[in-house]
Amino acid sequence: MLNLRGIRAREARAFYLFITPWALGFLIFTIGPILASFYYSFTRYDIMSPPTFVGLGNFQELFSDPLFYKSMANTLYFVVLVVPLSMILSFALALLLNQQVRGLPVYRTIYYLPSIVPFVASSILWMWLLQPQFGLVNGALRSLGVSNPPTWLASETWAKPALILIMLWGSGSTMLIYLAGLQGVPQSLYEAAEIDGASRLSRFRHITLPMMTPTLFFTLTMGIISTFQVFTIVYVVTAGMGGPLDSTLVYLLYLFRQGFVYFRMGYASAMALVLFVIILIITFVQFALAPIWVYYEIERR
Amino acid sequence: MVHARKWIGRAITHLILIGLGFVFFVPFAFLVSTAFKSERQIFVYPPIWIPNPIIWRNFTDVFDYAPFGRYLINTLYIVVAHLFGTVVTCSLTGYAFARLRAPGRDAIFMVLLSTMMVPWMVTLIPVYILFARLEWINTFRPLVIPPLLGNTFYIFLLRQYYMTIPYDLDEAALMDGSGYLRIWWTILMPLSKPVLATVAIFSFMGAWNDFTGPLIFLNNKEKYTLSLGLQVFREAHGAAWGLLMAASTMMIVPVIVLFFFTQKQFVQGITLTGIKG
Repeated sequence: MLNLRGIRAREARAFYLFITPWALGFLIFTIGPILASFYYSFTRYDIMSPPTFVGLGNFQELFSDPLFYKSMANTLYFVVLVVPLSMILSFALALLLNQQVRGLPVYRTIYYLPSIVPFVASSILWMWLLQPQFGLVNGALRSLGVSNPPTWLASETWAKPALILIMLWGSGSTMLIYLAGLQGVPQSLYEAAEIDGASRLSRFRHITLPMMTPTLFFTLTMGIISTFQVFTIVYVVTAGMGGPLDSTLVYLLYLFRQGFVYFRMGYASAMALVLFVIILIITFVQFALAPIWVYYEIERR
Repeated sequence: MVHARKWIGRAITHLILIGLGFVFFVPFAFLVSTAFKSERQIFVYPPIWIPNPIIWRNFTDVFDYAPFGRYLINTLYIVVAHLFGTVVTCSLTGYAFARLRAPGRDAIFMVLLSTMMVPWMVTLIPVYILFARLEWINTFRPLVIPPLLGNTFYIFLLRQYYMTIPYDLDEAALMDGSGYLRIWWTILMPLSKPVLATVAIFSFMGAWNDFTGPLIFLNNKEKYTLSLGLQVFREAHGAAWGLLMAASTMMIVPVIVLFFFTQKQFVQGITLTGIKG
């Protein structure tokens, strides 16, 4: 009895000892900063001089800042287009690959590779492909008979679609998630449906789609969260400017400018919190809506 | 009849897959092709696919324009810190959360889980202020010390894995008088090699590709990493496409080589976690 208690105490001691390095880092680099960011968002602070408390000043300024709305609108543009487009593209690819095609590993590799290329390198590559005069994309468009192809990243109207193209090129990891999901759908369901004489389309609608809704839900939620935070691609392609004419100034790029170009740490903290709240609300709504369309299998067994 | 229909279906599937595969692959081909071209071959229309003559100069010239060798060493230094933090700190922490019973353990784990949802930009500003006060800006410490202390997400993944390993081995070792540290190192580490490899690959990719961290914390050219160095190089030599493609190729190739040797872990990792490295 006493011995058991001794072992328990020893086990607990080992636990606290082993988590100490992480716990220290966690307190200093995660918990502390989360709390501090609330504080800083109510101050004016340029690092050089001590922070001064300004109450809701930062938030008032933010809500009357035209670039806040512009950058939010640009970000929403990407969320609304990139998330569904990459889901549809990835799902279509996964469906094609799931038909027991020969050469699956080769196809899978080709579609997946772009998504592991470092953002800086892939952005530079695409700037070259989209180069108006000598780039490959416009070369292809010209040979298809488009006499006056867009100037892409140099154009206020075409810069955003160009960025969407770059992002879609790198969406291969979503395809892998779908492929794994499709391979997890029990084959017996399809066999039963086939016996009942269900057509391909109805098998897709009544088996594949419902069984895939949890995976779709997961990628939708993660996709929205990560697209709201799009930064590196836009930074590299526009050299941090969000141009031309702020047409690609996304929210985090503007936050970066406020924080690390103007050194307005209070204002940038307020911006971070506002985005955090928006993401939280959207995620919450998604989880609330999930029961309507996401099909969760009742525990087998 | 049915047979022919099936065959046509197959053919169409392959046609679409090859067509799309072409679209996904062509950028790589053009990247490599451009890297081996002289200025004169680059700016021609319609574009040339196979450079003639093949020019190697871009790959050597890159090093004259910017200290990419230095950038590589800096990047590797940060990569090693990430790998050590993942394989040692995250693994040990994950082991503790999965297999050691202690009061408050589950509550602490809940806190850990809940902070995984907090976006990085919320902590970014206070962390920057902290490092600025410590006068760590423009040193490698902001990019090395936090990863050495572990990454919440990898801890979570490893913990989930350690939960699935049966306890018999631990108990037997305990009876023999082994300590917990020894059990972790000699029993659980070898058993978790596949998942450790997966997590290590993601950790490597994260450090190799990281742009935001170096951008924010480093401002001295000598300290740049490959990704930041490449970006600064491109801002300075915007139209030197041959050089840019050569530098980009050198940054991409290690990742692709790694992928080909560890495909299984990559695919497993992606499907397990649903994230990009």
